[in-house]
Amino acid sequence: MTTDDEVIMLDTPIRLDYDFSAGEAQSRFLRGLTTGKFLGQRCPVCSKVYVPPRGSCPTDGVALAEDVELGNSGTVTTYCVVNVPFQGQSIEIPYICAQILLDGANLSFMGLIQEIPADQVRMGLRVEAVWKDPSEWGPTMASVKYFKPNGEPDADYDSYKEYL
Amino acid sequence: MTDIDDEVLRAQHVLEFPYKRSLGPVIGAFSTGLRDGHLLGARTRAGRVVFPPTEYDPDTGEDTDGDLVEVGPSGVVRSWAWTDRPRPDQPLDRPFAWALVQPDGADTSMLHVLDAGSPDSCYSGMRVTARFRPFAERVGSVRDIEAFVPEDAT
Repeated sequence: MTTDDEVIMLDTPIRLDYDFSAGEAQSRFLRGLTTGKFLGQRCPVCSKVYVPPRGSCPTDGVALAEDVELGNSGTVTTYCVVNVPFQGQSIEIPYICAQILLDGANLSFMGLIQEIPADQVRMGLRVEAVWKDPSEWGPTMASVKYFKPNGEPDADYDSYKEYL
Repeated sequence: MTDIDDEVLRAQHVLEFPYKRSLGPVIGAFSTGLRDGHLLGARTRAGRVVFPPTEYDPDTGEDTDGDLVEVGPSGVVRSWAWTDRPRPDQPLDRPFAWALVQPDGADTSMLHVLDAGSPDSCYSGMRVTARFRPFAERVGSVRDIEAFVPEDAT
């Protein structure tokens, strides 16, 4: 692009094409999603449960072998309200992107919160997963539509303060 | 779902940023020069010529001279690395060398493509010259130079 014959702008796109293979621990988690379950792994040393599982404990460095099935309920530890539209978005703005700590887990993961106005989401909000129809379950987090409030009283700050 | 228990789970994943970069006075002049078929460097207060040009002297942090100086179009290969099997997104579709090329008149080198045909034709210290794309294809990018080629081949 030029102005008065000077070049003032350049297109400098970056593109990375990945052919991603899930490792053993991640594959177990993904296969769990095909059956409508969140699977984690427990560390034999510190007893922490990691979901999605990593195959080894980041604290103790030992291999994790024990699968743990977690339920659908959890707590919103932190969240953000997304107001900025971006290319390729499929969700209406504003929407809530939250870190969800499933009951029994020691690691939170990111999820979408729906069925609650954006300005009513709060730390400690109790939520549950809303899955797609079982016929649509696959080895992907897209098997989960989103998380919605489950009606329980907000979780005590003490129950999730270590996960912020 | 036992049929997927044995297969390796794989997925294609594309990470893409369609950047549009606005140019300041120095890089803008550098890009305009490339579009017009010239290599331009910046002179520092100590008299060194930095190529590609920067707004500041990388050694002292002082401003460089705003009027860029022409360098090249020929120069010297300072080092090179042969690419035997180019990937689809790389500059040439035939084997080539990445090379650090120092144009005549410049005190620094720029990474670019050396199209010499064979690694046997490449050596540090060889003289090369810039082969520009046709004018209609130039946009002000360093890719306006298609490659550097052995000077004695032209």
